[in-house]
Amino acid sequence: MTTLAHAQDSLSHHDGHDPIGNATFGFWLYLMTDCILFASIFATYAVLGHNFAGGPSGHEIFDLQYVFAETMFLLFSSTTNGIAMLAMYRNARSQVVNWLTVTALLGLGFIVMEVNEFMHLIQEGNGPDRSGFLSAFFTLVGTHGAHVSVGLLWMLVLIFQVMGKGLTAPVRSRLMRLSLFWHFLDLIWIGVFTVVYLMGVL
Amino acid sequence: MNETLFGKLTLSAIPYDNPIVMGAVAGATALTLLLLGMITYFGKWRYLWTEWFTSVDHKKIGVMYIILALIMLLRGFADAFMMRLQQAIAAGGALGYLPPYHYDQIFSAHGTIMIIFVAMPFFIGLMNLVVPLQIGARDVAYPFLNSVSFWLTASSAALVMISLGIGDFSHAGWSGYPPLSEKQFSPGPGVDYWIWSLQLGGIGTLMTGINFFVTILRMRTPGMTLMKLPVFTWTILVTNVLIMLSFPVLTVALALLTLDRYLGMHFFTNDLGGNQMMFLNLFWIWGHPEVYIVILPAFGMFSEVVSTFSGKRLFGYHSMVYASVAIAVLSFVVWLHHFFTMGAGANVNAFFGIATMVIAVPTGVKVFNWLFTMYKGRLEFTTPVLWTLGFIITFCIGGMTGVLLSVPPADFVLHNSEFLVAHFHNMLIPGALFGYFAGYAFWFPKAVGFRLDEKWGKRAFWAWLVGFYLAFMPLYALGFMGMPRRLVHYDNPAWQPYLLVAALGTVVILVGIFCQIIQLVVSIRNRAALRDLTGDPWNGRTLEWSVSSPPPFYNFAHLPKVQTLDAFADMKERGVAYEVPASYQDIHMPKNTGVGVFLGGIAFAFGFAMVWHIWWLSLAAAGGVVAALIVRAWDDSVDYILPAQEVARMERERRQLLAAHGHQSSASTDPHLAPQG
Repeated sequence: MTTLAHAQDSLSHHDGHDPIGNATFGFWLYLMTDCILFASIFATYAVLGHNFAGGPSGHEIFDLQYVFAETMFLLFSSTTNGIAMLAMYRNARSQVVNWLTVTALLGLGFIVMEVNEFMHLIQEGNGPDRSGFLSAFFTLVGTHGAHVSVGLLWMLVLIFQVMGKGLTAPVRSRLMRLSLFWHFLDLIWIGVFTVVYLMGVL
Repeated sequence: MNETLFGKLTLSAIPYDNPIVMGAVAGATALTLLLLGMITYFGKWRYLWTEWFTSVDHKKIGVMYIILALIMLLRGFADAFMMRLQQAIAAGGALGYLPPYHYDQIFSAHGTIMIIFVAMPFFIGLMNLVVPLQIGARDVAYPFLNSVSFWLTASSAALVMISLGIGDFSHAGWSGYPPLSEKQFSPGPGVDYWIWSLQLGGIGTLMTGINFFVTILRMRTPGMTLMKLPVFTWTILVTNVLIMLSFPVLTVALALLTLDRYLGMHFFTNDLGGNQMMFLNLFWIWGHPEVYIVILPAFGMFSEVVSTFSGKRLFGYHSMVYASVAIAVLSFVVWLHHFFTMGAGANVNAFFGIATMVIAVPTGVKVFNWLFTMYKGRLEFTTPVLWTLGFIITFCIGGMTGVLLSVPPADFVLHNSEFLVAHFHNMLIPGALFGYFAGYAFWFPKAVGFRLDEKWGKRAFWAWLVGFYLAFMPLYALGFMGMPRRLVHYDNPAWQPYLLVAALGTVVILVGIFCQIIQLVVSIRNRAALRDLTGDPWNGRTLEWSVSSPPPFYNFAHLPKVQTLDAFADMKERGVAYEVPASYQDIHMPKNTGVGVFLGGIAFAFGFAMVWHIWWLSLAAAGGVVAALIVRAWDDSVDYILPAQEVARMERERRQLLAAHGHQSSASTDPHLAPQG
């Protein structure tokens, strides 16, 4: 937090205007609205989750070991993102870039595995148009995946910003928000893993 | 090849063969061309671009929102007029002048437009104009985001308008219930226009909600604690919480319907495991709070009007705040009363029925607070006060019919009847629109520097009030007589006299709208006589009246120090309202930017491309959004410093203007500040 305070000082606004504080607070609020978005999709999944319509159930199509490996990619990417943030607080610019790159690669691994899982399902005739259950499954997991993909794009932009601009106050503020976003998506995935995969296989 | 380039769009999408639609298209096109021609003729493009379109000033964005709302009000009213005309003549064997499919589009467009493109931009415009001034802020938290929100709203309104001439609009009602709104029963582009205009506009609204919530919580002037916030700002704070909690649910409901329609999924279809009631639940989990999103700001406006024109503090300020919060909480536990007939069972229906009745309690608290504020006040019967009085009486009737509908067995009888149509118009016209009209007349001088003509304002009020009763009271009777809503024609001749009265009511409302147009013209012509020199035309009580009309773009040269509720009234009493500060300081201001306009335009292209399945354009537009955001993220010099000397010069000019009209800056001797009753 001391770093954030420092960042505010360096902008030296003397009219009660605190753009970085506002941005962080506003981003928290955005995350809460996103949380409601996911909650609505979870609710839909809860309602439609057993409407197999003659198609397969979760028990038949989920491979827990595969999903566990996928989950590990995402969880470790959160850890490496944390290390990148610690490097930011130490003003270690090149370490920030390196750890963000590792984070992005792990995130990319997660996305590749998810897309692969989707492709398999579709090839076997179990696409999102097969049943209400599969529509809800693809939408819930896919919405999370779309968020992670946007996060990856954002991370790429910030890697270039850290290299090009350095750890300036606005760049730090953006890194802070990306970090919030990334951890938030981790939390959502824990929900997905539990509600969709674990409870589906049970 | 053509399909790759143009998707489903062909020349036959333009309804040449329908004279009514083509007449409307010709009219709208002629008006647009006239407007564009006038702007070109008077050489105002540069001015509009630099001073308005690219502006990130909350006051200008507010004015643009209000203009958008007023234009869309004309469109929404034209739809209403056509429906009333149709039902007035289509009795017995007569089929009227509108074919069923066209009639269905008209009522769907009417509802969508009135809620999303009239009510929302109208109050968001007034909120933009007033809230930062009321809390003593120089700006909103995210000025650029504010501009993006406006342009998203404007471009989604444009999407609705263009559906008039290219393709058609949804015929599935403003709430778009599946399975009718599914591909199987609505293969055309109409439902897609409805989806994308709501979706894009909704995203803009969500960003506005976050923006103003942060603005109110973090940018208040020193001393303005939450319990010293003006009541209008309080209702806006609560409204923004509702926006943040409910709009993501609308996003999901629309997105799932989109997936059904575009990718053949089965969320709400009849077959393969879909569940239509899931859409109804999601839609109304947004839709019911949405009712309060448009009504609560109006409650705030009535509160400001009543207190100012009674010349005293609002009665029961604290209870007013708690009532707003209570309404907000309750608004999330009543959504099921929109479909008691779903068959959720007696216990569930009883819960939602009772919760619905309970909302009448905090609303009643508000009504009594307004009455007690007027009691022993010196009420001035200005136009805003007339709108308020008309609202209080009419809204109470609507509230009582709402409590009636909240009883599930009664709802089973009245569900989807004209009684319901009468009820919700009875809530929204006085409860939202009259409030915005009051706010429009009240804050008009703050926005542009002169007052509105009172005589034409009062005429407009009476026409609207009488027209409202004529148009909607017969519908209650028709509901009891068993007439369903949304009928294109009917066999029962006993209904016709009532529908003729309702049509007459619409004509009277039309007179009211004409009065408002004349009022605007007359006011602009007499602006010298109506000029508001002091910035405080009504002996106002809150901080927006402490600055000039229109305010300087930085709002406050010095952030005001607030000690009590009704801060400006208190400053005037203590004689410190117009004190000259010893020195001025530099002010940080955001730079104007055209990125908002660009994003709005590209969102329009995206929506249009999605409606017509022009995939390359959708991808290009989506890529354009990402590119614009990345470019913007690279630009760190988004604000600039207004030097203290410049602030000092502008403030000196204002004091000279005030002095020239007998207003000394030492406020205590100011004749304008006569002691209040």
